[in-house]
Amino acid sequence: MATIKVDIVSAEGEIHSGEARMVFAPARMGEVGIAPRHAPLLTALKPGEVRVEDVDGKEHFFYITGGILEVQPHLVTVLADTALRGEQLDEAAALAAQQEAEEALKGASEETDVARAQQELAEARARYRAAQKLKGKR
Amino acid sequence: MVAATKIRKARVQMEASRPYAQRIRRVIGHLAHANPDYKHPFLTEREVKRVGFIIISTDRGLCGGLNVNLFKTAIGEIANWREQHVEVDLALVGAKSVQFFRRLGGNVVGTATHLGDKPQVNDLIGSIKIMLDSYSAGTIDRLFLIHNEFVSTMSQRPEVSTLLPVSAIDLGDESLQDHWDYIYEPDAEELLDDILMRYIESQVYRGAVENFACEMAAKMVAMKSATDNAGEIIDKLQLAYNRARQGAITQEISEIVGGAAAVSG
Repeated sequence: MATIKVDIVSAEGEIHSGEARMVFAPARMGEVGIAPRHAPLLTALKPGEVRVEDVDGKEHFFYITGGILEVQPHLVTVLADTALRGEQLDEAAALAAQQEAEEALKGASEETDVARAQQELAEARARYRAAQKLKGKR
Repeated sequence: MVAATKIRKARVQMEASRPYAQRIRRVIGHLAHANPDYKHPFLTEREVKRVGFIIISTDRGLCGGLNVNLFKTAIGEIANWREQHVEVDLALVGAKSVQFFRRLGGNVVGTATHLGDKPQVNDLIGSIKIMLDSYSAGTIDRLFLIHNEFVSTMSQRPEVSTLLPVSAIDLGDESLQDHWDYIYEPDAEELLDDILMRYIESQVYRGAVENFACEMAAKMVAMKSATDNAGEIIDKLQLAYNRARQGAITQEISEIVGGAAAVSG
């Protein structure tokens, strides 16, 4: 019986790899079932369940929060996301990173600057004291 | 010793990020062989007027020359571009690089700090998106990643790699030579956007994880030499202490002996 190789991976690790008879995935336009020798297909996945029917007819379930599905005639690759994604969430993340940069580089960073200065001062004091002690000994 | 355990975990994490990077490379390799009508800007070269750098440093210090070497490489690259009158934008990952470039100056457009022991893709998305957006908008024409490459526990090396435009990946796969194309659902443009974005993210994530392994390795080495140095100082001080004590005892004895000799004599 014909089989198809399935790789399910996320950026933080490999999830599943093996031969299968059939793979079901929640594509953006509705659930798709992939049998061996499927035509090349590239589609986005929405949050849901990937179902893999392996060679022994046993079913494996994987929950994913979204990702990309690539189908080649003998190969299915699921690139699962590890983070919840969405245009707005990404936009918010970008904004946060920008603000963090601005804060770190401008006046709002006074606090860290003060802490740093204090640390440097303490270091300088300790050095001075040590130098004095050395002087006294000679 | 703490770093020694952490380094093991970091290496496991590094290994874990490899399958995704490989698979997404393979998919993009397939894509390059497909014949879409739509050419994505991430795949096309253009004249360079402004470049972006994503620089990954550590969050904390005490890791020897790791960050210093990285910054040296980064400054060299930046100076190179400036000489050609190309402006530079920076996205910084790690508190140390933020501190460094605050002193040095530079056009910083995004930062991500305090990634902790387990860097998450989530924490990096923001900074990456800023860069990708400015690439799409034509503000920057090339994007680089600078991070430390993990060679071995004893050796780490700063590495500069090009993220954008994505260069052609040769898979060496003969079966893909025919003219064919994917069925795209919903459409090619959106999908290519998605997949290329994830590709870049996975590269940066890998960089972050690798850099973390480097940090732990460098820390271990730095701590080891610190312990060795402290041991040496302790030995020296112990010797000095013993000498001083022996000197005092000898002096006291000679005083007593001298005194007794004076009395009896």
